[in-house]
Amino acid sequence: MSRETEAVSREAPRAPVSAAAAGVPVYDSERRRAQWIEEAANLWQYRGLVHELVIRDIKVRYKRSVLGVLWTMLAPLLNMVALTLVFSVLFKQAIQNYPVYFMAGSIFWAFFAQTTSTAAQQTLGSNEMAKRMYVPRSAFIASALGGGLVNLVLSLVPLIVILIVTGFPLHATWAFLPVSVFIVALFTAGVSLILFTVASRFADIKEMYLVIVQTWFFLTPIVYHPSIVPPKYRFALWANPMYYFVQTFRAPIYDGVIPGAGLVLGSFALAVAVLVTGWVFFCHRRDDMAYWS
Amino acid sequence: MPAAIRLEKVTLRYRIPRERIGSLKEYAIRRLKRQVAYDDFEALHAIDLSVSAGERVGLIGRNGAGKSTLFRVISRVLPPAEGRVYVAGRIAPILELGLGFHGELTGRENVMLQGALLGFSRAETRRRLDRIVEWAELQDFIDAPIRTFSTGMAARLAFAVATDVDPDILLVDEALSVGDEKFQRKCHERMEGLVARGKTFMLVSHSPSQIRDNCERVLWLHHGRIVLDGPAEAVADAYHQWSLGETDAVGSGL
Repeated sequence: MSRETEAVSREAPRAPVSAAAAGVPVYDSERRRAQWIEEAANLWQYRGLVHELVIRDIKVRYKRSVLGVLWTMLAPLLNMVALTLVFSVLFKQAIQNYPVYFMAGSIFWAFFAQTTSTAAQQTLGSNEMAKRMYVPRSAFIASALGGGLVNLVLSLVPLIVILIVTGFPLHATWAFLPVSVFIVALFTAGVSLILFTVASRFADIKEMYLVIVQTWFFLTPIVYHPSIVPPKYRFALWANPMYYFVQTFRAPIYDGVIPGAGLVLGSFALAVAVLVTGWVFFCHRRDDMAYWS
Repeated sequence: MPAAIRLEKVTLRYRIPRERIGSLKEYAIRRLKRQVAYDDFEALHAIDLSVSAGERVGLIGRNGAGKSTLFRVISRVLPPAEGRVYVAGRIAPILELGLGFHGELTGRENVMLQGALLGFSRAETRRRLDRIVEWAELQDFIDAPIRTFSTGMAARLAFAVATDVDPDILLVDEALSVGDEKFQRKCHERMEGLVARGKTFMLVSHSPSQIRDNCERVLWLHHGRIVLDGPAEAVADAYHQWSLGETDAVGSGL
């Protein structure tokens, strides 16, 4: 602290309001705003921590590996090759340029699955930390989301490689992708908040969720085309939020079209609703988390 | 002097389930059978406390008296069940050094992370990095992974980060011993320097002599209540006498 600010703090008046005005952080357990506003303000204040946590996770993941960050790009590529073989040869699926179709959906799914499972898996470590020093717990969820976004961007590289190799056009409609990613990120954040809260209370949620996310993957048209679903089971698609999100992401890449306004606005409204629900639920339970673990 | 810390009728309860129910499956079954029972344990009971800026306050008491819980309430980790907590100023928790350190990251990367955990912006931590490293005397090792550090080296780095940030309030746990004797002295000097500049200082300890040396005012906590609050000498002596009696009582009971 400089000499000037020190002088201010020495003469800091008694009233809490003046202390805050002098730039001294004040914690008053009674003078609190609504929890969901307070947590948002704290998350913003700790945005540097979110940044550091994302960097930490990326660095730690690749610290001891030879290929390093290349793994992020190789993994979906190898995955895609294996699944392409299985699905296009064995099932003789009639999807043109199956590798591009599958990979577009698959990197999209990987973002959702990885972010939400990370949020659930890291509850133990995050709560352990937040029990010892003040850190807004939402920073850990935000960092899971940040890590997922970084991986999503990196896995666009192998997708582009596949486009080039298979001679598939790179449509101008790719420019729409940030909107699709933004929408699904809102939804993913909402699901992560709910998962983190529940997994903080019940340890078995983590294992349960891995099974759920695996099943969910096969219920979403990623390895197959929605048209192969018999009409009497179509309701399962319509009831699945990921069905809409994957379309907004895949259409610009695979079909070269910008998804319709109805689909985009509907997806957006749904994503916002889930995020708001998740945020309110998380903030409502936030103070209990210190006592749960 | 303005109050740096003020607690008004602060009560804190831990809700302890009679049996530990950690899984949703178990919870659902027991809920259906109406077997979810809790005990409320009052870790702090209607604590009233006011600490002025620049005071050096010691907390003394037996294990489980509520000393650490009181620290956690002040550092806003635990929200109180009842009452009001008011804290003006930035807190440096020197309780568990190296919390949040990651073994695979280098010293430098860990300083950045630690700074962020304390709520500082990246630019701020980066600006302070050289000074932190220099003070911790770790210039030669700072780019090696922390897992190659000795415990003392890691603790030195953590202490340097926590105190370099120029906190207004220091919460210190006695159990802490940072590195070798020379370094302990250096830590001590730094803390004294902060106190001399009007920073508030709170120390948790079991040792009456340590409390006497470092504090002017002492709170004696017992079963979540402040039983005595006064000049260090008097309270430390009273506690010492009492704990001798306790030991005798326990000894004669055996």
